Amino acid sequence: MLKILKYSFYDLSRSRWSYVYFFFYLLLGVVLLFLNNDLSNAVITLMNVIIILVPLISTIFGVMYFYNSREFTELLLALPVSRNSIFLGQYFGLAISLSTSLILGLGLPFIAYGVLQSGAIWDFASLLISGVFLSLIFTALALNIALSNENKIKGFGLAILLWLFMAIVYDGLFLVALVYFQDYPLDKFSLITIMLNPIDLSRILILLKLDISALLGYTGAVFKDFFGTALGTIISFSVLICWVILPVWRIKYISEKKDF
Amino acid sequence: MVTITNLHKQFGNLKVLNGLNLQITEAGIIAILGPNGSGKTTLIKSILGMVLPQQGEIKVIDSKVHKRYGYRQKIDYLPQIANFPSNLKVKELIEMVKDLRGQSTRDKELIQLFKLEPYLDKKLGKLSGGSRQKVNLVLCFMFDSPLIILDEPTSGLDPVSLIRLRELIQQEKVKGKTILITSHIMSFVEEISDRIIFLLEGKIYFKGTVNDLKTVTGEPNFEHAIANILTSNHA
Amino acid sequence: MIKQLHRVFFYLKSKFLCVALIGFMIENIAAQKIIVCENCEVNSLQTAIQQAEANDTIFIKNGIYKEHDVIIDKALHIKGENYPVIDAEMGGMGLKIKAENFSVEALKIINVGTSHTKDFAGILISEGKKFELKNNILDDVFFGILIERSSEGIISGNRIESNSKEQATSGNGIHIWKSENILVKNNTVKGLRDGIYFEFVDKSKIINNTCKNNLRYGLHFMFSNNDLYKSNVFENNGAGVAVMYSKFIDMQHNHFRKNWGSASYGLLLKEITDSTLKNNNFEDNTIAISADNTNRIDFLENDFKNNGYAVRIRGAVYDNKFKRNNFLYNSFDVAYTGKLNNNEFLNNYWSNYSGYDLDKDGIGDVPFRPVSLFSYVVNKTPEAIILLRSMFIDLLNFSEKVSPIFTPADLIDKQPKMKKIVW
Repeated sequence: MLKILKYSFYDLSRSRWSYVYFFFYLLLGVVLLFLNNDLSNAVITLMNVIIILVPLISTIFGVMYFYNSREFTELLLALPVSRNSIFLGQYFGLAISLSTSLILGLGLPFIAYGVLQSGAIWDFASLLISGVFLSLIFTALALNIALSNENKIKGFGLAILLWLFMAIVYDGLFLVALVYFQDYPLDKFSLITIMLNPIDLSRILILLKLDISALLGYTGAVFKDFFGTALGTIISFSVLICWVILPVWRIKYISEKKDF
Repeated sequence: MVTITNLHKQFGNLKVLNGLNLQITEAGIIAILGPNGSGKTTLIKSILGMVLPQQGEIKVIDSKVHKRYGYRQKIDYLPQIANFPSNLKVKELIEMVKDLRGQSTRDKELIQLFKLEPYLDKKLGKLSGGSRQKVNLVLCFMFDSPLIILDEPTSGLDPVSLIRLRELIQQEKVKGKTILITSHIMSFVEEISDRIIFLLEGKIYFKGTVNDLKTVTGEPNFEHAIANILTSNHA
Repeated sequence: MIKQLHRVFFYLKSKFLCVALIGFMIENIAAQKIIVCENCEVNSLQTAIQQAEANDTIFIKNGIYKEHDVIIDKALHIKGENYPVIDAEMGGMGLKIKAENFSVEALKIINVGTSHTKDFAGILISEGKKFELKNNILDDVFFGILIERSSEGIISGNRIESNSKEQATSGNGIHIWKSENILVKNNTVKGLRDGIYFEFVDKSKIINNTCKNNLRYGLHFMFSNNDLYKSNVFENNGAGVAVMYSKFIDMQHNHFRKNWGSASYGLLLKEITDSTLKNNNFEDNTIAISADNTNRIDFLENDFKNNGYAVRIRGAVYDNKFKRNNFLYNSFDVAYTGKLNNNEFLNNYWSNYSGYDLDKDGIGDVPFRPVSLFSYVVNKTPEAIILLRSMFIDLLNFSEKVSPIFTPADLIDKQPKMKKIVW
């Protein structure tokens, strides 16, 4: 698997799109920091970018990559290499290359600006960690889509729908449910609902750093335990890890059943 | 070498292989023929483990195929469409396949044979279809495996390379290997193959030498003999 | 003529000086020093006080004096050397003072008993006048300094600490009731119920104190008018400062920090009018300012940074002005209940402002709407807070800003600043 990973990563590290992605983040970081000259503000704007764009780019880029490398995959399938190594290798190759673009693209300008010496370092670190998790999760979901759909157009469509749903529609439905059932105790329901969407989950992880004052304003005991202690961070991370493991496991499952 | 018993495969409602039995014990060049959709590619891919049959069993040199991959060490495969990761250089791709499969002795010789030296540092995405097919051939023949499967090996090749390919196949045959070929260029098949397997509706319709086929159909010309099978069958 | 007049004046002046000097000398001769130490003839503070005449000074040497309910009823100056300890052994109060012209300096009073019926204090001053409590340490006390019906006092440099667990069994650090002209300066109060408590205290000043980790309020302020509090730090208290039922209060240069919790805020304003808040710093509070029945208050040049809510406006809040404040990275800048507004927001800097300044005059060309629809939603459905900063919420807020339906349409800053205001 490591060999496949190496070659996928190698292939991607030469791809135009990886550079586009990298320079996009680099530019964003530079513009935010050096034109705005305000670290806290930059971190907040970055959060929006990461929550929205990382899933979008990971899904689209992921689906595109897997459709385009179909022949390469077939070449590999005829070699004495297990299907697991091929698909997991390609998956990690892609996910790592996307994460690297993100970390370097944003990290370099922030380090140049001096984030290491500032108090915002942990806010920034939690941003990057969330970003990496989102890359891992949405690349895996993209690979799931690509493996389950032979039709490229349908695959792309589903990828965009998935993103739209996770990034916007889900929260809308959730809010409607909250307002509709507001007479009932909703704190457990809310937390569980948030856990079921990785975008919301990463948002919460960042909020725990940025907006803890506001989150602690809520009276419910469940929220208080969740946000007020390390419990929130621990649970969020565990669920995020599950969110990586489940789609990756499904990649393994489908890829073993699939005809090429 | 290859033993297939009662192989069934359908994609959705489409039955492609329908209880196919095949035993290839001997060395030599065997052409797999059949009309479009007769299951040639599916058969090859089943042997390679890329297509998973619903029913039946395939053994390649005493090893079951299902859910294994080690046996592919003993197969050299030339896929039909040669499309490679476009950001890799030719050299890197060859190194990669060597890295994944292990020992190779003949890569330099083959590169020379197909005159690929000037392309070694080019990215695969920038190569013409014919050059890509040559790379494909190098990748296939650079390992010395007892079973060779060639899916449309002639596509896109210039006449010189075609001659080289024929020679190459003959050399391998002399080494005592089993070579499975699909092609729709009948003259190529007629010239090169020792025996042919004719697939029709997911089963083996005919198995024998080219001459056997001519005798059975009563046609002196190979192409007409093939056409004869198809028309008589469909009539 | 003028020269003569001058001479007469000079003569009178020197005569007066002479008389004053003689008066001072007499007083000085009359005033005695009494020294108290563990092995001295006078080995308790109470004995020393009994022996002393008015205007005497009592020096207490370093040591432990197990005494409680020490009564001071004359004009004395009590001064500790190296912080002698008055240990009340949980038996009652430390000092009980009812006098004029006195001072207590550099004592350490510990172990003041708790009571459900009596307000036991480290130092109790009742009907005192012209006094000074300076640089004392009060440790493990129920109430720290309790002052009632007094005036013209200075309480400075005292350090009051306790370990309060629940509100019902704890007292306040500096508790002042029905007094006026008191100066509370440079004190530190930690771990009590209220740090500083003012009830019916007029014309007084609270300057440069630190109130930390108190159970209820850092500063609790009720029915007190014409007061000033300035340059104090209120950190990590149950709530920072509550100012209630008061008017003409001047609040300047205070720091309100880290007041976290569901019922917590930096500053609670309730039934307060005609006051000024200037140059204060609110940071990391769940709610920086919660205002209720608050009228005619000027909020000028304050910094609101990283708060959950910067300003939460509840009912009956009219004619207030918010000018030249910095609203920086708060989850909500202004939360507002109701649709009517006549408070004025002008020339503030909002880090959430995304407008532009084409004419480069430093003022944004589009007005800023500090109240978001989401704050309205969270008010109705508190669990929705978990959706903070999600894209759906951003879209929601955006559409509300384009055409306000739920939030007051006229609550806008017409001239938002483009750059942080430096004050």
